Amino acid sequence: MYAQMIKSTGKGVKSLDEMDPQERAFQERIDAGGKIEPKDWMPEGYRKNLIRQIGQHAHSEIVGQLPEGNWITRAPTLERKAILLAKVQDEAGHGLYLYCAAETLGVTRDQMTRDLLSGKMKYSSIFNYPTLTWADMGAVGWLVDGAAIMNQVPLQRTSYGPYARAMVRICKEESFHQRQGYDIMMKMAKGTPAQRKMAQDALNRFWYPSLMMFGPSDKESVHSAQSMAWKIKMNTNDELRQKFVDQTVPQAEYLGLTVPDEHLKWNEEKGGYDFSEPDWEEFFDVLKGNGPCNTERLEARNKAWDNGRWVREGLLAHAAKKRIAKLAAE
Amino acid sequence: MSSPESSPYRETHAEKHGKARATEWPLWEIFIRGQHGLSHRHVGSLHAADAEMAIKNARDVYTRRNEGVSIWAIPAEAIAASSPEDKGPMYDPANDKVYRHPTFFDIPDEVGAM
Repeated sequence: MYAQMIKSTGKGVKSLDEMDPQERAFQERIDAGGKIEPKDWMPEGYRKNLIRQIGQHAHSEIVGQLPEGNWITRAPTLERKAILLAKVQDEAGHGLYLYCAAETLGVTRDQMTRDLLSGKMKYSSIFNYPTLTWADMGAVGWLVDGAAIMNQVPLQRTSYGPYARAMVRICKEESFHQRQGYDIMMKMAKGTPAQRKMAQDALNRFWYPSLMMFGPSDKESVHSAQSMAWKIKMNTNDELRQKFVDQTVPQAEYLGLTVPDEHLKWNEEKGGYDFSEPDWEEFFDVLKGNGPCNTERLEARNKAWDNGRWVREGLLAHAAKKRIAKLAAE
Repeated sequence: MSSPESSPYRETHAEKHGKARATEWPLWEIFIRGQHGLSHRHVGSLHAADAEMAIKNARDVYTRRNEGVSIWAIPAEAIAASSPEDKGPMYDPANDKVYRHPTFFDIPDEVGAM
Protein backbone atom coordinates (compact mmCIF):
# COMPACT_ATOMS: atom_id res chain seq x y z
CA MET A 1 0.00 0.00 0.00
CA TYR A 2 1.26 3.51 0.66
CA ALA A 3 3.43 1.70 3.15
CA GLN A 4 4.73 -1.42 1.43
CA MET A 5 6.98 -4.16 2.71
CA ILE A 6 7.22 -2.95 6.29
CA LYS A 7 9.36 -5.39 8.21
CA SER A 8 8.63 -5.93 11.88
CA THR A 9 10.78 -7.64 14.48
CA GLY A 10 11.15 -10.68 12.26
CA LYS A 11 10.13 -12.93 15.11
CA GLY A 12 6.80 -14.67 15.34
CA VAL A 13 3.98 -13.21 17.36
CA LYS A 14 4.41 -13.89 21.08
CA SER A 15 1.53 -15.41 22.98
CA LEU A 16 0.20 -13.50 25.98
CA ASP A 17 1.84 -16.04 28.31
CA GLU A 18 5.27 -15.38 26.84
CA MET A 19 5.02 -11.63 27.47
CA ASP A 20 6.21 -9.78 30.53
CA PRO A 21 3.42 -8.09 32.51
CA GLN A 22 3.90 -4.69 30.89
CA GLU A 23 3.80 -6.02 27.36
CA ARG A 24 0.90 -8.26 28.21
CA ALA A 25 -1.11 -5.34 29.53
CA PHE A 26 -0.27 -3.46 26.34
CA GLN A 27 -1.42 -6.31 24.09
CA GLU A 28 -4.58 -6.88 26.11
CA ARG A 29 -5.46 -3.24 25.77
CA ILE A 30 -5.11 -3.49 21.99
CA ASP A 31 -7.10 -6.74 21.90
CA ALA A 32 -9.89 -5.00 23.78
CA GLY A 33 -10.00 -2.26 21.13
CA GLY A 34 -8.23 0.34 23.29
CA LYS A 35 -6.03 3.07 21.84
CA ILE A 36 -2.34 3.59 22.55
CA GLU A 37 -1.40 7.23 23.06
CA PRO A 38 2.01 8.93 22.69
CA LYS A 39 3.01 8.93 26.35
CA ASP A 40 1.92 5.34 27.00
CA TRP A 41 4.46 2.56 27.35
CA MET A 42 4.90 0.57 24.15
CA PRO A 43 7.23 -2.19 22.97
CA GLU A 44 10.18 -0.86 21.03
CA GLY A 45 9.18 -2.96 18.01
CA TYR A 46 5.75 -1.34 17.93
CA ARG A 47 7.30 2.11 18.00
CA LYS A 48 9.88 1.38 15.32
CA ASN A 49 7.39 -0.32 13.06
CA LEU A 50 4.94 2.51 13.34
CA ILE A 51 7.61 5.12 12.62
CA ARG A 52 8.53 3.21 9.48
CA GLN A 53 4.93 2.66 8.43
CA ILE A 54 3.60 6.15 9.13
CA GLY A 55 6.78 7.72 7.76
CA GLN A 56 6.53 5.74 4.55
CA HIS A 57 2.89 6.66 4.26
CA ALA A 58 3.70 10.36 4.77
CA HIS A 59 6.52 10.24 2.22
CA SER A 60 4.12 8.65 -0.27
CA GLU A 61 1.69 11.53 0.12
CA ILE A 62 4.47 14.05 -0.44
CA VAL A 63 6.13 12.30 -3.38
CA GLY A 64 2.64 11.55 -4.71
CA GLN A 65 2.25 15.24 -5.44
CA LEU A 66 4.86 15.04 -8.18
CA PRO A 67 3.12 12.90 -10.83
CA GLU A 68 0.01 15.08 -10.53
CA GLY A 69 1.91 18.33 -10.19
CA ASN A 70 3.17 17.51 -13.67
CA TRP A 71 -0.31 18.27 -15.04
CA ILE A 72 -1.27 21.40 -13.12
CA THR A 73 0.09 23.68 -15.82
CA ARG A 74 -1.28 21.43 -18.56
CA ALA A 75 -4.83 20.86 -17.32
CA PRO A 76 -7.35 21.17 -20.17
CA THR A 77 -9.60 23.77 -18.50
CA LEU A 78 -9.34 26.33 -15.73
CA GLU A 79 -11.83 24.34 -13.65
CA ARG A 80 -9.82 21.12 -14.00
CA LYS A 81 -6.72 23.05 -13.06
CA ALA A 82 -8.31 24.49 -9.91
CA ILE A 83 -9.57 21.03 -8.91
CA LEU A 84 -6.19 19.42 -9.49
CA LEU A 85 -4.50 22.16 -7.47
CA ALA A 86 -6.88 21.52 -4.58
CA LYS A 87 -6.23 17.82 -4.79
CA VAL A 88 -2.46 18.19 -4.80
CA GLN A 89 -2.75 20.58 -1.86
CA ASP A 90 -4.72 17.89 -0.02
CA GLU A 91 -1.89 15.43 -0.60
CA ALA A 92 0.52 17.86 1.06
CA GLY A 93 -1.93 18.13 3.95
CA HIS A 94 -2.15 14.35 4.25
CA GLY A 95 1.62 14.16 4.39
CA LEU A 96 1.63 16.74 7.18
CA TYR A 97 -1.05 14.98 9.27
CA LEU A 98 0.99 11.80 9.03
CA TYR A 99 4.37 13.37 9.80
CA CYS A 100 2.86 14.93 12.90
CA ALA A 101 1.52 11.51 13.97
CA ALA A 102 4.97 9.96 13.45
CA GLU A 103 6.64 12.74 15.43
CA THR A 104 4.67 11.79 18.52
CA LEU A 105 6.71 8.56 18.48
CA GLY A 106 9.97 10.41 19.07
CA VAL A 107 11.34 10.86 15.56
CA THR A 108 11.85 14.35 14.18
CA ARG A 109 10.50 15.73 10.93
CA ASP A 110 14.02 16.57 9.82
CA GLN A 111 15.16 13.02 10.43
CA MET A 112 12.32 11.57 8.38
CA THR A 113 12.97 14.07 5.61
CA ARG A 114 16.66 13.22 5.58
CA ASP A 115 15.84 9.51 5.39
CA LEU A 116 13.52 10.09 2.44
CA LEU A 117 16.04 12.25 0.61
CA SER A 118 18.86 9.76 1.11
CA GLY A 119 16.69 6.90 -0.10
CA LYS A 120 16.85 5.14 3.28
CA MET A 121 13.09 5.38 3.77
CA LYS A 122 10.79 4.35 0.96
CA TYR A 123 7.56 5.63 -0.52
CA SER A 124 4.93 3.74 -2.48
CA SER A 125 6.14 2.11 -5.69
CA ILE A 126 3.20 3.59 -7.60
CA PHE A 127 4.69 7.09 -7.69
CA ASN A 128 7.67 5.90 -9.67
CA TYR A 129 5.52 5.57 -12.77
CA PRO A 130 5.19 8.51 -15.15
CA THR A 131 1.96 10.39 -15.91
CA LEU A 132 2.09 10.69 -19.66
CA THR A 133 -1.33 12.02 -20.66
CA TRP A 134 -4.22 13.92 -19.10
CA ALA A 135 -6.12 10.62 -18.85
CA ASP A 136 -3.48 9.53 -16.34
CA MET A 137 -4.87 12.15 -13.94
CA GLY A 138 -8.16 10.30 -14.20
CA ALA A 139 -6.55 6.90 -13.73
CA VAL A 140 -4.48 8.07 -10.75
CA GLY A 141 -7.51 9.48 -8.92
CA TRP A 142 -9.74 6.54 -9.75
CA LEU A 143 -7.29 3.65 -9.29
CA VAL A 144 -4.43 4.90 -7.12
CA ASP A 145 -6.59 6.86 -4.69
CA GLY A 146 -9.16 4.09 -4.88
CA ALA A 147 -6.54 1.56 -3.79
CA ALA A 148 -5.35 3.93 -1.08
CA ILE A 149 -8.87 4.26 0.30
CA MET A 150 -9.18 0.45 0.52
CA ASN A 151 -6.24 0.45 2.86
CA GLN A 152 -6.92 3.64 4.76
CA VAL A 153 -10.54 3.11 5.73
CA PRO A 154 -9.74 0.14 8.02
CA LEU A 155 -6.71 2.01 9.38
CA GLN A 156 -9.07 4.51 10.98
CA ARG A 157 -9.43 1.79 13.62
CA THR A 158 -5.70 1.25 14.07
CA SER A 159 -4.43 0.97 17.65
CA TYR A 160 -2.19 4.05 17.69
CA GLY A 161 -4.37 7.06 18.50
CA PRO A 162 -2.56 9.80 16.54
CA TYR A 163 -2.33 7.55 13.46
CA ALA A 164 -6.02 6.63 13.65
CA ARG A 165 -7.02 10.28 13.98
CA ALA A 166 -4.86 11.27 10.99
CA MET A 167 -6.56 8.51 9.00
CA VAL A 168 -10.02 9.82 9.86
CA ARG A 169 -9.14 13.22 8.43
CA ILE A 170 -7.50 11.70 5.37
CA CYS A 171 -10.40 9.39 4.56
CA LYS A 172 -12.85 12.27 4.70
CA GLU A 173 -10.86 14.03 1.99
CA GLU A 174 -9.82 11.05 -0.08
CA SER A 175 -13.24 10.36 -1.50
CA PHE A 176 -13.12 13.70 -3.36
CA HIS A 177 -9.88 12.53 -4.95
CA GLN A 178 -11.27 9.29 -6.26
CA ARG A 179 -14.45 10.85 -7.57
CA GLN A 180 -12.61 13.64 -9.38
CA GLY A 181 -10.46 10.96 -11.03
CA TYR A 182 -13.48 8.95 -12.12
CA ASP A 183 -15.10 12.13 -13.38
CA ILE A 184 -12.11 12.70 -15.68
CA MET A 185 -12.31 9.09 -16.85
CA MET A 186 -16.03 9.43 -17.65
CA LYS A 187 -15.38 12.53 -19.71
CA MET A 188 -12.55 10.85 -21.61
CA ALA A 189 -14.32 7.52 -22.08
CA LYS A 190 -17.39 9.22 -23.50
CA GLY A 191 -15.37 11.63 -25.61
CA THR A 192 -13.78 11.42 -29.06
CA PRO A 193 -12.14 8.18 -30.26
CA ALA A 194 -8.76 9.72 -29.47
CA GLN A 195 -9.88 10.50 -25.90
CA ARG A 196 -11.27 6.96 -25.46
CA LYS A 197 -7.96 5.60 -26.60
CA MET A 198 -6.14 7.75 -24.06
CA ALA A 199 -8.45 6.55 -21.29
CA GLN A 200 -7.92 2.90 -22.21
CA ASP A 201 -4.17 3.44 -22.42
CA ALA A 202 -4.12 5.02 -18.95
CA LEU A 203 -6.05 2.07 -17.52
CA ASN A 204 -3.66 -0.33 -19.25
CA ARG A 205 -0.63 1.31 -17.72
CA PHE A 206 -2.00 1.90 -14.20
CA TRP A 207 -3.90 -1.35 -13.62
CA TYR A 208 -1.03 -3.59 -12.53
CA PRO A 209 0.97 -0.91 -10.69
CA SER A 210 -2.26 -0.22 -8.73
CA LEU A 211 -2.56 -3.91 -7.81
CA MET A 212 1.07 -3.79 -6.68
CA MET A 213 0.25 -1.03 -4.22
CA PHE A 214 -1.13 -3.63 -1.82
CA GLY A 215 2.21 -5.45 -1.77
CA PRO A 216 2.91 -9.13 -2.42
CA SER A 217 0.86 -11.83 -0.74
CA ASP A 218 1.56 -11.78 2.98
CA LYS A 219 -0.45 -14.79 4.09
CA GLU A 220 2.73 -16.43 5.35
CA SER A 221 4.53 -13.31 6.53
CA VAL A 222 5.57 -13.06 10.19
CA HIS A 223 5.89 -9.30 9.77
CA SER A 224 2.28 -9.00 8.80
CA ALA A 225 1.16 -11.33 11.57
CA GLN A 226 2.89 -9.12 14.15
CA SER A 227 1.52 -5.93 12.61
CA MET A 228 -1.96 -7.40 12.64
CA ALA A 229 -1.63 -8.47 16.28
CA TRP A 230 -0.66 -4.88 17.07
CA LYS A 231 -3.53 -3.63 14.90
CA ILE A 232 -1.31 -1.40 12.84
CA LYS A 233 -2.34 -3.47 9.85
CA MET A 234 -5.97 -4.49 9.68
CA ASN A 235 -6.25 -6.76 6.62
CA THR A 236 -3.94 -8.97 4.59
CA ASN A 237 -2.64 -7.61 1.30
CA ASP A 238 -4.60 -10.25 -0.62
CA GLU A 239 -7.89 -9.38 1.07
CA LEU A 240 -7.53 -5.73 0.17
CA ARG A 241 -6.41 -6.45 -3.39
CA GLN A 242 -9.42 -8.72 -3.93
CA LYS A 243 -11.75 -6.08 -2.57
CA PHE A 244 -10.20 -3.48 -4.84
CA VAL A 245 -10.58 -5.63 -7.95
CA ASP A 246 -14.19 -6.51 -7.09
CA GLN A 247 -15.05 -2.86 -6.67
CA THR A 248 -13.14 -1.55 -9.67
CA VAL A 249 -14.06 -3.98 -12.45
CA PRO A 250 -17.73 -2.88 -12.64
CA GLN A 251 -16.55 0.74 -12.66
CA ALA A 252 -14.35 -0.02 -15.67
CA GLU A 253 -17.32 -1.73 -17.36
CA TYR A 254 -19.45 1.36 -16.82
CA LEU A 255 -16.78 3.38 -18.61
CA GLY A 256 -16.78 0.86 -21.46
CA LEU A 257 -13.08 0.23 -20.86
CA THR A 258 -11.35 -3.14 -20.76
CA VAL A 259 -9.29 -4.23 -17.77
CA PRO A 260 -6.00 -5.44 -19.27
CA ASP A 261 -6.25 -8.98 -17.91
CA GLU A 262 -7.35 -11.84 -20.13
CA HIS A 263 -7.76 -14.10 -17.11
CA LEU A 264 -10.15 -11.76 -15.34
CA LYS A 265 -13.31 -13.74 -14.62
CA TRP A 266 -16.15 -13.62 -12.12
CA ASN A 267 -15.95 -16.52 -9.70
CA GLU A 268 -19.44 -17.26 -8.44
CA GLU A 269 -18.21 -19.58 -5.73
CA LYS A 270 -15.97 -17.10 -3.97
CA GLY A 271 -18.20 -14.17 -4.86
CA GLY A 272 -15.32 -12.24 -6.38
CA TYR A 273 -13.18 -11.98 -9.48
CA ASP A 274 -10.29 -14.24 -10.38
CA PHE A 275 -7.51 -12.09 -11.75
CA SER A 276 -3.85 -12.17 -12.77
CA GLU A 277 -1.10 -11.26 -10.36
CA PRO A 278 1.04 -8.28 -11.26
CA ASP A 279 4.66 -8.85 -12.19
CA TRP A 280 6.29 -9.03 -8.76
CA GLU A 281 9.78 -8.90 -10.20
CA GLU A 282 8.96 -5.50 -11.60
CA PHE A 283 7.61 -4.48 -8.19
CA PHE A 284 10.82 -5.41 -6.37
CA ASP A 285 12.86 -3.74 -9.06
CA VAL A 286 10.89 -0.49 -8.67
CA LEU A 287 11.29 -0.65 -4.87
CA LYS A 288 15.02 -1.09 -5.35
CA GLY A 289 15.09 2.20 -7.22
CA ASN A 290 14.91 1.02 -10.81
CA GLY A 291 11.41 2.21 -11.73
CA PRO A 292 10.93 4.63 -14.60
CA CYS A 293 10.85 7.73 -12.35
CA ASN A 294 12.69 6.87 -9.09
CA THR A 295 15.65 9.09 -9.88
CA GLU A 296 13.51 11.98 -11.06
CA ARG A 297 11.27 11.86 -7.96
CA LEU A 298 14.12 11.84 -5.47
CA GLU A 299 15.94 14.54 -7.37
CA ALA A 300 12.84 16.73 -7.28
CA ARG A 301 12.48 16.27 -3.50
CA ASN A 302 16.18 16.91 -2.90
CA LYS A 303 16.10 20.01 -5.05
CA ALA A 304 13.08 21.37 -3.19
CA TRP A 305 14.78 20.74 0.15
CA ASP A 306 18.10 22.27 -0.87
CA ASN A 307 16.56 25.30 -2.56
CA GLY A 308 14.26 25.89 0.39
CA ARG A 309 17.08 25.94 2.89
CA TRP A 310 17.63 29.70 2.86
CA VAL A 311 13.91 30.22 3.43
CA ARG A 312 13.81 27.87 6.42
CA GLU A 313 16.88 29.43 7.97
CA GLY A 314 15.90 32.99 7.11
CA LEU A 315 12.47 32.71 8.71
CA LEU A 316 13.93 31.13 11.80
CA ALA A 317 16.45 33.98 12.11
CA HIS A 318 13.70 36.53 11.55
CA ALA A 319 11.54 34.95 14.25
CA ALA A 320 14.47 35.02 16.70
CA LYS A 321 15.12 38.68 15.92
CA LYS A 322 11.49 39.58 16.49
CA ARG A 323 11.47 37.69 19.80
CA ILE A 324 14.51 39.57 21.03
CA ALA A 325 13.08 42.92 19.93
CA LYS A 326 9.86 42.13 21.76
CA LEU A 327 11.73 41.17 24.94
CA ALA A 328 13.76 44.38 24.77
CA ALA A 329 10.61 46.46 24.44
CA GLU A 330 9.03 44.94 27.56
CA MET B 1 6.80 12.61 23.63
CA SER B 2 7.04 9.12 24.95
CA SER B 3 10.41 7.89 23.75
CA PRO B 4 11.76 5.21 25.99
CA GLU B 5 15.50 5.27 26.49
CA SER B 6 16.29 2.67 23.86
CA SER B 7 14.83 4.43 20.83
CA PRO B 8 17.37 4.28 17.98
CA TYR B 9 16.42 7.81 17.08
CA ARG B 10 17.80 9.03 20.38
CA GLU B 11 21.35 8.73 19.14
CA THR B 12 20.68 10.69 15.99
CA HIS B 13 18.90 14.00 16.00
CA ALA B 14 15.70 13.35 17.82
CA GLU B 15 14.98 15.44 20.82
CA LYS B 16 12.02 15.59 23.05
CA HIS B 17 8.79 16.09 21.18
CA GLY B 18 8.08 19.78 20.91
CA LYS B 19 11.50 21.14 21.64
CA ALA B 20 12.83 23.55 19.06
CA ARG B 21 15.82 22.25 17.14
CA ALA B 22 18.60 24.09 15.41
CA THR B 23 17.44 23.42 11.87
CA GLU B 24 13.83 22.56 12.42
CA TRP B 25 11.07 25.09 12.93
CA PRO B 26 9.44 24.77 16.36
CA LEU B 27 6.42 22.52 16.76
CA TRP B 28 3.01 24.05 17.47
CA GLU B 29 -0.11 22.27 18.63
CA ILE B 30 -3.19 23.48 16.79
CA PHE B 31 -6.69 23.89 18.22
CA ILE B 32 -9.71 24.77 16.09
CA ARG B 33 -13.17 25.92 17.08
CA GLY B 34 -15.82 24.58 14.71
CA GLN B 35 -18.88 26.37 13.40
CA HIS B 36 -21.31 25.39 16.09
CA GLY B 37 -20.15 27.19 19.18
CA LEU B 38 -18.18 24.32 20.67
CA SER B 39 -14.80 24.75 22.41
CA HIS B 40 -11.52 24.74 20.56
CA ARG B 41 -10.47 21.18 19.89
CA HIS B 42 -7.00 19.75 19.31
CA VAL B 43 -6.58 18.79 15.64
CA GLY B 44 -2.86 18.11 15.29
CA SER B 45 0.46 19.86 15.12
CA LEU B 46 2.66 21.62 12.61
CA HIS B 47 6.00 23.38 12.33
CA ALA B 48 6.33 27.13 11.98
CA ALA B 49 9.01 29.73 12.62
CA ASP B 50 6.68 31.94 14.69
CA ALA B 51 3.11 32.28 15.93
CA GLU B 52 1.89 34.26 12.95
CA MET B 53 3.14 31.63 10.56
CA ALA B 54 1.74 28.86 12.74
CA ILE B 55 -1.74 30.33 12.38
CA LYS B 56 -1.35 30.81 8.63
CA ASN B 57 -0.13 27.25 8.21
CA ALA B 58 -2.90 25.94 10.43
CA ARG B 59 -5.41 27.61 8.17
CA ASP B 60 -3.97 25.79 5.15
CA VAL B 61 -3.45 22.45 6.85
CA TYR B 62 -6.51 22.15 9.06
CA THR B 63 -9.30 24.33 7.65
CA ARG B 64 -9.38 23.66 3.92
CA ARG B 65 -13.03 22.63 4.16
CA ASN B 66 -14.59 25.14 6.54
CA GLU B 67 -13.68 23.09 9.60
CA GLY B 68 -13.33 26.10 11.81
CA VAL B 69 -13.91 29.74 12.64
CA SER B 70 -11.08 30.24 15.12
CA ILE B 71 -7.53 28.91 15.48
CA TRP B 72 -5.26 28.63 18.52
CA ALA B 73 -1.58 27.82 17.98
CA ILE B 74 0.38 26.88 21.09
CA PRO B 75 4.10 26.05 21.26
CA ALA B 76 4.15 22.30 21.92
CA GLU B 77 6.83 22.71 24.57
CA ALA B 78 4.53 25.03 26.55
CA ILE B 79 1.98 22.26 27.11
CA ALA B 80 2.07 20.47 30.44
CA ALA B 81 0.51 17.02 30.26
CA SER B 82 -0.46 14.50 32.90
CA SER B 83 1.37 11.21 32.61
CA PRO B 84 -0.34 7.88 31.98
CA GLU B 85 1.27 6.34 35.09
CA ASP B 86 -0.75 8.71 37.27
CA LYS B 87 -3.99 7.46 35.81
CA GLY B 88 -4.94 5.55 38.95
CA PRO B 89 -4.48 8.24 41.62
CA MET B 90 -5.84 10.90 39.28
CA TYR B 91 -9.07 9.35 38.12
CA ASP B 92 -9.94 6.37 40.32
CA PRO B 93 -11.30 8.46 43.21
CA ALA B 94 -14.12 9.61 40.93
CA ASN B 95 -15.37 6.02 40.71
CA ASP B 96 -16.59 5.81 44.32
CA LYS B 97 -18.51 9.06 44.17
CA VAL B 98 -21.42 7.79 42.12
CA TYR B 99 -23.73 10.24 43.88
CA ARG B 100 -22.24 12.88 41.61
CA HIS B 101 -24.34 11.46 38.81
CA PRO B 102 -28.01 12.45 38.71
CA THR B 103 -29.06 8.84 38.10
CA PHE B 104 -27.94 7.99 41.67
CA PHE B 105 -31.20 9.43 43.01
CA ASP B 106 -34.52 7.72 42.44
CA ILE B 107 -37.23 10.27 41.86
CA PRO B 108 -40.80 8.96 41.54
CA ASP B 109 -42.43 9.31 38.12
CA GLU B 110 -45.27 11.39 39.64
CA VAL B 111 -42.82 14.18 40.31
CA GLY B 112 -42.38 14.72 36.60
CA ALA B 113 -39.27 15.71 34.66
CA MET B 114 -36.34 16.64 36.88
